[in-house]
Amino acid sequence: MKLIVAILSLVWTPLAVAQDSVPPAPYAYRQLDDPALEAKAHDLMVTLRCLKCQSQSIADSDAPMAGDMRSQVRQRIAAGEEPEAIRAWLVERYGDYVSYSPRVTAMTWPLFAIPLVLLLVAALLLRKRFGRNVSE
Amino acid sequence: MTGATSKGPRWALWLPLIVFAAFVVLVLFGLFRPADREVQSAMIGKPLPEFALEPAVAERPGLSSADFRGEGPRLLNVFASWCIPCRIEAPQLDALSKAGVEIHGVAIRDTREDVEDFLSQYGNPFARIGKDDLSEVQLGIGSSGVPETFVVDANGIIRYQHIGVIRAEDMDLIMAELRKAGA
Amino acid sequence: MIAEFGLAALWLAAALAALQLLAGSLSLTRGGEGFAAIVRPAAVVQGLLALVSFFALMVLFLRTDLSVQLVAMNSHSAKPFVFKLAGTWGNHEGSMLLWVMVMGLAGSLIALIERRLPERTMLATLAGQAFVSLGFYAFLLFSSNPFERLDPAPPQGAGLNPLLQDIGLAFHPPTLYLGYVGLSVAFSFAIGALITREVGPAFARAMRPWVLGAWVFLTVGITAGSYWAYYELGWGGWWFWDPVENASLMPWLAATALLHSASVLASRNALRAWTVMLGVVAFSMSMVGTFLVRSGILTSVHAFAVDPERGTFILVLLAINIGGALTLFGLRAATVTEGKRFALVSREGALVFNNVMLSAILGIVLFGTLYPLVTEAFDTRVSVGPPYFNPVSAIFFVPMLLVLMVGPLLRWRRDNLSRLRRRLVVPGLLLLAAVAALLAIGGIGVLPFIGLALAVALAAASLLPLRGRNLRRTPIATWGMVAAHFGIAVALFGAASESAFTKETLVAARVGDVTQVGPWQVRLDAIEPVAGPNWTAMRAGLSVRYGEGAVRQLKPQARSFWSPPQQTAESALLTRWNGQLYAVLGEEGEDGRWQLRLWWKPFVTLIWIGGLLIGLGGVLAIVAHVANDVRRSVAREKIADRRMRQGR
Repeated sequence: MKLIVAILSLVWTPLAVAQDSVPPAPYAYRQLDDPALEAKAHDLMVTLRCLKCQSQSIADSDAPMAGDMRSQVRQRIAAGEEPEAIRAWLVERYGDYVSYSPRVTAMTWPLFAIPLVLLLVAALLLRKRFGRNVSE
Repeated sequence: MTGATSKGPRWALWLPLIVFAAFVVLVLFGLFRPADREVQSAMIGKPLPEFALEPAVAERPGLSSADFRGEGPRLLNVFASWCIPCRIEAPQLDALSKAGVEIHGVAIRDTREDVEDFLSQYGNPFARIGKDDLSEVQLGIGSSGVPETFVVDANGIIRYQHIGVIRAEDMDLIMAELRKAGA
Repeated sequence: MIAEFGLAALWLAAALAALQLLAGSLSLTRGGEGFAAIVRPAAVVQGLLALVSFFALMVLFLRTDLSVQLVAMNSHSAKPFVFKLAGTWGNHEGSMLLWVMVMGLAGSLIALIERRLPERTMLATLAGQAFVSLGFYAFLLFSSNPFERLDPAPPQGAGLNPLLQDIGLAFHPPTLYLGYVGLSVAFSFAIGALITREVGPAFARAMRPWVLGAWVFLTVGITAGSYWAYYELGWGGWWFWDPVENASLMPWLAATALLHSASVLASRNALRAWTVMLGVVAFSMSMVGTFLVRSGILTSVHAFAVDPERGTFILVLLAINIGGALTLFGLRAATVTEGKRFALVSREGALVFNNVMLSAILGIVLFGTLYPLVTEAFDTRVSVGPPYFNPVSAIFFVPMLLVLMVGPLLRWRRDNLSRLRRRLVVPGLLLLAAVAALLAIGGIGVLPFIGLALAVALAAASLLPLRGRNLRRTPIATWGMVAAHFGIAVALFGAASESAFTKETLVAARVGDVTQVGPWQVRLDAIEPVAGPNWTAMRAGLSVRYGEGAVRQLKPQARSFWSPPQQTAESALLTRWNGQLYAVLGEEGEDGRWQLRLWWKPFVTLIWIGGLLIGLGGVLAIVAHVANDVRRSVAREKIADRRMRQGR
């Protein structure tokens, strides 16, 4: 039995998942004891981008760096830091790319203008369609 | 009631085409001028964050942010023994070190034995090597992979980030960045 | 030999498409009417040849003929039969061949059975279909030949991406393609109608089964894809607003709007230009989606076959087809009258509102998906994800759901809301009860809160069209509508509940350890190695118990494939009526403990059950319309028959 495990592990450890032999960061796969703080951390983690992955949040990734980032987030939350402060800390280092929640900046304001524009266009369309019918 | 007059202005009919044309222009731009897919650090021009790392190996001291003050510039090389590309840049780092550049290493998620093996096999260009098991310094300086190399000036300000392997042809670039940073 | 045979069939099919286009176009000119007789037979034979070509590729994959490059690169003799079969379309070239094959067959089918449309519109439609097909034939033959030989043949194939070796994923992409291609038919109808300016109820009726069919495939494809991502990626997420997911959502949104506006056009002869435009937009979204996925221009977790050259080719096709169609629209739409008028409060009014809201959501998804490209052009990278898409799409989704509650109850043309007041009492009370209950539970986020409350009210409201009816004599179309709308309520409830009530436990466990997740007790009994045809795995034996209920077994695996080498986490799911327990086995730690990830997700299965209900609604609608059409044509024949006899 042991032997089979050993042979199998020869085939499958070297690639993809863990290139390094260091155990994951303390809070990479461990939750905070306080459920309220853990919920806070979780809500933040699902909105942070895993930088080593294609398009996943750090809460959805097995990449070691995502684990390190989860650990950072949980430790900072446990130390009483606010989620938005942690987000800002990461954005300061990696730019807006790291956050799935875009801020309003000179670059991103059209993202927030477009719903308003669409609302306006929708209102105009509906008015055009029905505006004159009132008098009918 | 069956009036045919309820049309918007004529130009509105061309709106879909205009939107579509904008889309085509946008993706053409994206196809023929593919943006850099690397995640650039936003820390360039900012001071190195405070940190103090344990030594990664016995023969070199650990690394702290204070080690980057005075008489610069220096290189901060983020590496790991398990990182195969790091082996490729070893000769270039060696050459830089021989040229008198002070290089400090940050070993990411590594064990003492592995780092020692790596250094004995590929050479040790580092003056100090810190052990960064939780990627704290890596996160702190906005690095998202190994290897990456940062130019830090005498005041501890990050001046340049090189993402990926320093190849032989990148040497001039690194030297130029070092000069710009005050060497 | 088979490869050359398949290639020859493909060339012939392309030639026939060219003939179909030429004859179709000429037949519309003065003096060219003689060419009309060629168009339908050309369409039929073209479809059959494309089918033959696709079968040839399938045979090559089943035999694992490694002298064909595509097979060598995507298959392996050690693969199970189903996955060899799925290998045919599990790659870029094969999926494009599947695309033209389905498109050709659809053309054949229209050519054979569609007799309602004016003949000239029909010819224009078939010519349009041939035009679109020709682009894809050119793509296949010049840039992505699936029958390319490899010399010398390698001794063993490279295998299929192990993530794709999954029964769900084997059938998920072709389902989506069927949807995309179905929309190409709607597109051709729209082109045909624009060319001859004959936009009317007959056009809508001819188009509708194709739109519905495409929409059903898209619905099922998206539902299946979401479930696949849920259990395969191993983190319990089911929708990430990832570019590839958005690429499949956009055609669905457009098709949903289209089938509603087509029903207004079919029954009331209104919204003519709008329906034609949606016909063009829906297929545009399919092609834009295909382009975004294939070109690799956006970063996605589901990316496969990323290639800028292909991207450029698809972009050229896109520019010709869609640019051309929209130019035609700009030129012709002004001469297409909007049709009959109606009041704001009317069935049409509600459908127009639905259309405008769906289009706005489509605009948001398109803009949000592409925006990172815009900023990249200015050398800034941003990420647009769930924190953007969820609330912003809700701005339009919530009013749409509110109108959806009353829309199906309204009369055509003009109605009075006060008439409905009494019928809406039950949904209204349910809404208040739901709000009260959710407030009592507490700690629920804003969006899940709105979602749960609206889902409850909508579930009740969606059934109202059946009230007071003799259920056995209710038309099938009504059943279809009720099923689809009820499905939306069900899926919304599942999604909101998953987001509001999920419990997560991450532990490092030794054999014998017991842990808790929500109402479940989970004990790690054993860790054992297992092997499959092309993988090995470590498997955890878990005993799980819901409250004081019976003990059941779960066996998640950490699996590793060897050709090509890749690790996957095979999650294990246990479904109860009120939710799913989701277990994943992670890595072994240094101290001999194993990582276990456990989730209890109340009512999460409703997401996909709702999706299937929506699809079922579409199927019922198709059945109803086809049955209607058959009945009508039978009646017409009878009348013609009687007249003939009387005439005698």
